[in-house]
Amino acid sequence: MAVPILKQSHFLIASIQAALSDQDLLQLRDNLADLVGRHRARGVIVDVTALDVLDSFATRTLRAIAYTTKLRGAETVIVGIQPEVALSMVQLGLTLEDVPTALDLEEGLTFLNRRLEDAHGA
Amino acid sequence: MEREVRVRIQSSADIVLARQQGRALASQLGFSSSNLTIIATAISEVARNIVEYAKEGEVVLSLINDTNKNGVQIVAADSGPGIADISTVMRDGFTTGNGLGIGLPGARRLMDEFEISSEVGKGTTVTMKKWHER
Repeated sequence: MAVPILKQSHFLIASIQAALSDQDLLQLRDNLADLVGRHRARGVIVDVTALDVLDSFATRTLRAIAYTTKLRGAETVIVGIQPEVALSMVQLGLTLEDVPTALDLEEGLTFLNRRLEDAHGA
Repeated sequence: MEREVRVRIQSSADIVLARQQGRALASQLGFSSSNLTIIATAISEVARNIVEYAKEGEVVLSLINDTNKNGVQIVAADSGPGIADISTVMRDGFTTGNGLGIGLPGARRLMDEFEISSEVGKGTTVTMKKWHER
């Protein structure tokens, strides 16, 4: 199942709609790396609200997405990790390390806008 | 009430199917939403090990009883290369594949009971249980 990716001003929003297989996740990573360049995006939001499981593979791929897009000049923020998913990740021993997260899409946009302002202000 | 579901594991899409079936089966026992997520995540980890190391196998999900509790049992079995040293693979961070080396030790942390048996050249079987107090 392909993940729809929308463009909103300087940002790309990948809105995951349903459970994803490992292949789907890798496809999302590759698509975002490509689209960041094509749309000259400065930020990426990956909305995982619809995911009922974030296992070791999914977590590793989200990290890979964040690092890949960063190398392409866009900051990624992961939004919408559900409370029970967060609990399960902690118990499993998974971390997103230094990948930014936000509660939901709105907070994610606020975060990226602030980052963009800081970059311009500097 | 469905008591047992068998899921053939051959591709990464089957990993998703196994964890969805496991969640559906376990939900019949009244597990909390957190515990259903924990069960689904543990299934995902052991099913992925089958795809990654043995290419194919089977996950058998079943409802079980003890004297004063119900639970769900997950058996993930394959006829793959097997594991020479189980204590090593149960250590966090150890992997011979592409993963984080967190799958099996992580699944053990998520579940109440966890057993692994393996024979080199014959295959690997992981049996794990999560209990729900009645």
